[in-house]
Parts: sequence; structure tokens; C-alpha cells
Amino acid sequence: MTYATDQESKTAAGAQDDMRPGLARRIADSDIWYSFTRSPLTMISAAVTIVFMLSALFAPLIAPHNPFDPATISIMDSFYPPAWEADGDPRFLLGTDDQGRDVLSAILYGMRISLAVGFASVIFALVVGVTLGLLAGYLGGWVDSVIMRIADVQLTFPAILIALLINGVARAMAGPQSYDKVVFAVLVLSIGLSFWVQYARTVRGSVLVEANKEYVLAARLIGLRPLTIMFKHVLPNVLGPVLVIATINLALAIITEATLSFLGVGVPPTEPSLGTLIRIGNDFLFSGEWWITIFPGIALAVLALAVNLLGDWLRDALNPKLR
Amino acid sequence: MIAFAIRRLFQALGVMIVVALISFMMFRFVGDPVNQLVGVDTSPAQREALRQALGLNDPVLLQFARFVAKAAQFDFGISYQFKQPVASLIASRLPATLELSFMSALFALAVGVPMGVYTGLYRNTLLARAFLAISLIGVSLPTFLIGILLIFIVSVNLGWLPSFGRGDVVSIGGVWTTGLLTKSGLQSLVLPSITLGLFQMTLIMRLVRGEMMEVLRTDYIKFARARGLSRRAINFGHALKNTLVPVITITGLQLGSIIAFAVITETVFQWPGMGLLFLQAVQNVDIPIMAAYLLLIAFLFVVINFIVDLLYVAVDPRIRLDGAAR
Amino acid sequence: MTTPTLSVRNLRVEIPTRRGVLTAIDDLSFDIAPGEVLGMVGESGAGKSITGSAIIGLLEPPGRVAGGEIRLAGERIDNLSPDQMRRVRGRRIGMIFQDPLTSLNPLYRIGDQLVETILTHERLSTKAARAKGIKLLEEVGIPAAEARFSAYPHQFSGGMRQRVVIALALCADPELVIADEPTTALDVSVQAQIIALLKRLCADRGASVMLITHDMGVIAETADRVCVLYAGRLAEIGPVRAVVKHPQHPYTKGLMAAIPTLVGDPDATLAQIPGSMPRLGAIPAGCAFNPRCDYAFETCRTKRPGIYGAGTSDASCFLHSPADAPSAPAEVLRAADRSGIVLASEAKETIT
Repeated sequence: MTYATDQESKTAAGAQDDMRPGLARRIADSDIWYSFTRSPLTMISAAVTIVFMLSALFAPLIAPHNPFDPATISIMDSFYPPAWEADGDPRFLLGTDDQGRDVLSAILYGMRISLAVGFASVIFALVVGVTLGLLAGYLGGWVDSVIMRIADVQLTFPAILIALLINGVARAMAGPQSYDKVVFAVLVLSIGLSFWVQYARTVRGSVLVEANKEYVLAARLIGLRPLTIMFKHVLPNVLGPVLVIATINLALAIITEATLSFLGVGVPPTEPSLGTLIRIGNDFLFSGEWWITIFPGIALAVLALAVNLLGDWLRDALNPKLR
Repeated sequence: MIAFAIRRLFQALGVMIVVALISFMMFRFVGDPVNQLVGVDTSPAQREALRQALGLNDPVLLQFARFVAKAAQFDFGISYQFKQPVASLIASRLPATLELSFMSALFALAVGVPMGVYTGLYRNTLLARAFLAISLIGVSLPTFLIGILLIFIVSVNLGWLPSFGRGDVVSIGGVWTTGLLTKSGLQSLVLPSITLGLFQMTLIMRLVRGEMMEVLRTDYIKFARARGLSRRAINFGHALKNTLVPVITITGLQLGSIIAFAVITETVFQWPGMGLLFLQAVQNVDIPIMAAYLLLIAFLFVVINFIVDLLYVAVDPRIRLDGAAR
Repeated sequence: MTTPTLSVRNLRVEIPTRRGVLTAIDDLSFDIAPGEVLGMVGESGAGKSITGSAIIGLLEPPGRVAGGEIRLAGERIDNLSPDQMRRVRGRRIGMIFQDPLTSLNPLYRIGDQLVETILTHERLSTKAARAKGIKLLEEVGIPAAEARFSAYPHQFSGGMRQRVVIALALCADPELVIADEPTTALDVSVQAQIIALLKRLCADRGASVMLITHDMGVIAETADRVCVLYAGRLAEIGPVRAVVKHPQHPYTKGLMAAIPTLVGDPDATLAQIPGSMPRLGAIPAGCAFNPRCDYAFETCRTKRPGIYGAGTSDASCFLHSPADAPSAPAEVLRAADRSGIVLASEAKETIT
């Protein structure tokens, strides 16, 4: 058989592979961008999430008032309904609460806290989970057994229960006086610790697959220490699914924090998150001052929905089976 | 099959022991049990005597054994807040929570499964899209928010249903109180059940839908079509049965989750159940209640998991008959 | 001339994707006579399975039949409504798939699956259906058929399962049986048995068989005629002996040469066709095979070949075209002639 025809077959079928377009072009051509732009819902969710995050970030700059500076609020301003209602005051677009604080500003500042705690928890869970997963998968043996047993036991319980439990224990250990100082750390800890298991399991599974591959064997032959191999070589390859989990988890973390705050064991009223605001307003729902709880509620709902949609889309876009 | 059951039993026991350990450590070492029980003006000598009487100076292992023995007899000590035995406190609140959880699970199944089947079969109709939109909301909104919104719309604005408490309850045999036999009891159950069950309903719906779509892609469905079987035989005979097997077992597991999530719903609706009790315990650092609640929930979960595992084996012939062959 | 059981004319199957429409089957025509076994061979991706799925009406969306006609015993079936097509399936066309384990619903006993299928096509009492089912199991060679009737699929071995699958596909006595890689998932030792069983059962019932496979050995043993597909197009079709011993299309030639034999020099390198079959979105202009063909000339790169007679077979190659072959360079024609390709007489004259 002759090989003269190889040249031609290369130009015919291989032409596309020879040219490597720039990164922007590759993204524009990719399946992910395609599915993103094809779904108006996803684009709206992304836009909403970005808007919320930016407004939370710049809250001090764009909020009409600072609702938590005692100097600027006056009890005379309390219980104003939203500006478009009869008794409303144009200064307070969405009305005021029982202490005279502007609801709109409270929402902006509250979103800050909600997002901050949410992100911090996810990052905490990620770090703990990925590390434990790496250790369990790579070292195996009793380390693996112990970590997985703990994971199994924890998985029997829903996250909220675990968060509540850790919260309660931390409270008891810190004592009532010093609790206020560490409340944020406790929140991040309790929410983060209730989520680490998913990361650990996924990473462990990926590690078990990767550990048999040749590049790991080669690294071991060269004599690299296990820790180096784990973090420098195996880790980058198992991060893909982790990212998807983290995005989906963000919505859950935000909701968990809101729930804990609503239940009264989360962020205190002095620096309220959206959940705390809802709790405060709940007392006034029946007496007719509905805006104190409904507007933060809507804000939380929209934020959770948007992040969830984004996470859903990301999971579908990265799932090869559904393409 | 027997070997399988015994193995699972041991696993269950293992989980219980670990939980008991954690519960015990909380009970004993978090905060000072004696200081919680006595007033401010009790003398140190009296505290020491109390410490001795409670056996707090004995070796840790002995205390743990005592703890486990007492727990097995449902003696969980005295609540710090209410100064009453924890066991009787929990027992009085248990029926409320269990009834609520059961109704929620019923709601979740009765609505979730048909919705899931429909959206699995008919992917693009308007109704399917509406269902999917509802499921998205159910999954994204926090439970308490759903409760508040329901209260706002149905109770405050429309005034159709009550928004707190259980209504009138009927006592059965002195052990159980039920709200199912009174009109106000039933009315009070509606909003909390929907709130608690909505999340589970969307979960079930998505699960059924996903499973249905997976099953419809399998080779045996393709072969069934190639054999000329009717659409009804394929969709409801083959596909549905294969879909429901994993679904039933997973929803069984969700029942435990519902019981735990009741904490939130009970708070929103001021439902006098175990969850509310637990929350107050967390807020007021009432360790005995927290420890007892933890043990009880773990026990419930473990029992439910065990039953579900047995159910799974009974329903899937591959596992059942393989086990017997070995 | 009797009506062929299956008659496919100019079949075109398209798959719309976001990068454009892919043509999975392009202008394919062939017949299967009553009682005949037609082998359909080709590499993975050549379109063999898609042809089978198109005929029985089970193309996976978004794939669709975009042109041509499919006739079963003279009646058109490609334009039937879904309900009408469903009645054709099973009763007039049976299909067997590759993996017997996944072809059977694991949660149902095979007896129940048999009875269900029988009752779908015939009005019988459950008892009669059961009896017929047991007889079918015996016919396909399942020992202790009555006892195994209430067994579950996973309790059978692979070969036994495929026998059950065959029983299910044949229970309504279809006129045409499409077997899509029926032995690929089975042990080599079992493959021959299953193929022999299939051939025998279909011969007994007078059914035609479309045997889809990439295994030339199976074809050589079992088929009466064979159809070779390349990139969704017909390359060659003819009696099995002729195609295997005297292939007339350069692709078929390469295929036959690539089969390792037990005779000859054990140290000789295995023959290969350089390059690979083009992906559906990147089929070259002119003849699809031309970049890899030893005998390609100018016309092959620009025009698509039709189907021309080549001895007892038909081939889609310009070497057999009375109009185009003479324009080929003389060395090409001589090389083709030497290798056994029967040139169009007009072309042969130019080199002698």
C-alpha cells in the first residue's frame, strides 16, 4: 500500500486541528458558551447574580442610608410603608422597620453578610473536603477508613441539623459573653462543616482513579514525596467536578445561613443578614407592616433562585452524558 | 439475605455508638452540668456533693456506659431550662412532629410522583414546563421563606387557614395526641405540611423525572419498542416500574430528612413539636435536650435506613437472588 | 420476479446538529429477497446500525429519514404514522440488538416478557401464550425451558440470554429480522452457535435476515449476499463468495486484504488501509474513499460515483463506469486490472 495519499488525507480532515485559535475564540466556539447563550434564563440568572454581588460589594457606596449606624436612624422614622403607598416617604423607598431603619439599605447591607458568609462557608467546606478527600484517596488504609466512616455517619443527618448542633456546642463552649465576638466564625464553621463530605467523596473517587494513572507512577518513581504528588499533580486533575459542587453549594450555603439566622442562631440583629431581617420582620407580618419581611424575603428568593439556576446550568453544561 | 441483614444491623449499631459517644461528650464536657442545674447561691460544697451524687467524678468509660444504659431506658436526664425529665418533654412533643412529618411525606409523594412521571414522558408540553418551573422554585427557596409567604398569602390576606399552632387535638390512650380528628386540627396541618413537604416534593419530582428519562433511553426499552409493544405497556409497564424502584427507596430515606427539617417549619408555624423544643435548646444551651434529640434522630434515621435497605433487597430481584445463590 | 421482502431506494438519513446537518446515510439502495440473508458490513460509524434503525422506524431523534423509500413486501413503510409503524414492528419486522444483558428488562421474569410480547401480536389466552412461550424457548435451545420460564434475565449466561432475545424477536413470525451485531458481545465459542441458530430459525420460517456486523468472518459463513458501507454510502454489494474472493471496490479490496490469515508468512506485516474513514462532517468531495484509494484519479476527486455493474456484484467506483473509467491514467488501470478488478470493457480496451 502506498502512503502518497497521507498528505491529502491530512489536509482534508486535519486542517481544523492544525490552527489553534486564541482563547477568546475557543470560548466563543465552545459547547459551554453555546449552551449559555442559548438559554435566556441562564443569562438572566448570571446577570442577576452579578448585579446582586456588585451591589452587595458596594453597599456602603450605593445604599441611601446606613441602617446600622445608630447616629443616622431615628425612632421617629419607624414603620413607614413603601414609598409608593399613601403614607410612604420618598426617602425610604421600601419603607422602614420598627427602629426607623431603611429597608432597602438594610437589604443591601444584609446581602453583603449573606454572600460573605455563604462564600466563606463554601470555601471552608471546599478546603476541608478536598484536603480530606485527597488524603483519604491517596493514602488509603486506616486514614481512608476513618475519614469515610466519619463521612458516612455525618451523611446520615441533614446539613441543617449538623449546623444547628455545631452552633449549639460552640455557643456552650464559648460562653454567652464571648459568643458575639466569634459568631461569624462559628457560622462559617457550622455551615462549612455540614457540607465538606460531598467534596471529600468526589475528590476521593477521582483520586482513586487518578492514582493508577501513569503520571502518578512516574512522579513516584522520580521520588517525589506523597504530599507533593497529591497537591501539585493529582489535585489539578480532580478540580473539575469540585467546581460544579461548589457552585451548587453556594446557593445551599446562602439558604442555610438565612435559615440559621431566621431561627435565631445565626447572625445577630446588630449586623443582620437577609435571614435575620426576615426574622425581625416576621413579628410584624400580622399587624400589617408586611414590607419589613417581604422585601428581604423577595431579595433572598431571587438571589437563591439565580445562583441555583446558574449552578444547574453549569452542571448540565459540564455533564457529557446530556450533550 | 440473612447475612446482608446482619451486616447492616452491625453497621447501624456502629453508627449509633458513634452518635452516642458524641452525644455523651456533649452532655458531659460542654459546659458544666452541675452549674447548669443549680442556682447561683449554691455553695461550692453542695456543688461538689451534687457532682459526686451524679457520678461525675467516676472514670469516663464508666460514665459512658451509664449514659448508654440510661439512654436505652429512655432516661436522658433533666432539662436545664424546664427542670423536667427530658424524656417526658420529648414524648409529649413527639406526636406533633411525627404527624406533621407523615402528612408532609404523603403530600410530597402524592404530588411529586405524578408530576415527575408526566414531565419525564412529555418533555415539552406547557404543563411540563410549568411543573419544572414550580420545581425550581421549590428547590431554591428556603423552607422558612415558603412558610412565611404561604402565611402571608393564605392566612393574612385570604384568611382561609390558621397560621400557628395545632388546633384542637384529641388524646389517644394518654400516649398520643392527634390533630387528625378535628376540623381545626386538619386545617392547621395544611400549610405546615405543604411548607415542609414542598422541598421534598420537588426533590421527588426531579428524581422521578431523571430516572424516567434515563430508563426511556435504555436498551430494553428500545427492544420493547422493536417488539411492537404498545406505548402504554412501555411507559407504564416497563418504564414506570424500573423508575419507581430506586425512587421508593430514596424517598424512604427522605422521611428522616423531613423529620429533621421539621425544626424550621415548627418555628415558622409555632408548631409544638420536637423541632421547636430542639431549637429552644440550642438557643438556651440546654445540653440534655440537645443530646437526647441527637440520639433520637440518629435512632430514627438508622431504623429508617435499615428498613429501606431491606425494602430495596425485596424489590430488586438481582440483589435478592444473587444473595441467595451465594 | 418475486417481490423482495425489503426494498430500500435512495435512502437518506440526516442528523441535524448545531454545526449543521450531517448526512449519516446518503443515497443507499438495496434489496433483500425472501428467505435471503444479507450481510451489512462496514467500520464503526459507517452507518450500518443507523440503516437498521431507520428501517424499523426507531431512529434516535434528532436523526430522521430525509429521503428515499423503504418498502416491506412491496408496501411503503417509511411514511407510516407512528401507530401504524408500531404495528409493523415485532409482527412484520423483528430486531435483535447487540447486548443481550441490557436488552432484557432486569425486573421482569423472561416468561412474563415473552407472554407480554406474544399477547401484543396474537389473540390468545394467557395459558396458550405461556405454552407458546415455552415452546419458543425450547426452539431456541434453552434447556429445561419450563423451569427457566420464571427465571430473571441475570440468571442466564450471555449466550442463553441472546437465545431468549431471539425468541422474543421471532415470536410473532416476522418476515424480516434485523440483527444488529448479535454476537459482538458474546464469547467467541458461543458466537457460531448463535449465528447458526438465527440462520436456521429464519430459514424455517422463511424470514429474510439483515445481518449487521463488522466481522467479515461471520458474513462469509452465514450470508448469501453482502453489502459494504463506507461513510454512509454504498461501496459494494454482491454475492458473498464474489465479494470476499474477488472484491471489486478498492475499499472492499483493502478490507479483505486486512483480514489476517492462518496461511502465508507469519512474519509479514499486517496489511492496512492508510488513513481512516472520514467523520460525517468532513467527507471529502467526489468519492468518499478517494484520499485513501490506490487507484484514485482526477474524476474521483470531483464527481461522486454512481453504482456500476462489476461482474456479479455492483460497486460504487469509477473504475467500473463505462463513461469515466477510460479517462483514468493507464498505470492506474493496469494496476487495477492486475489486482483482479474487473474494469469496464471500454476502459480495458485502452490498456490492451
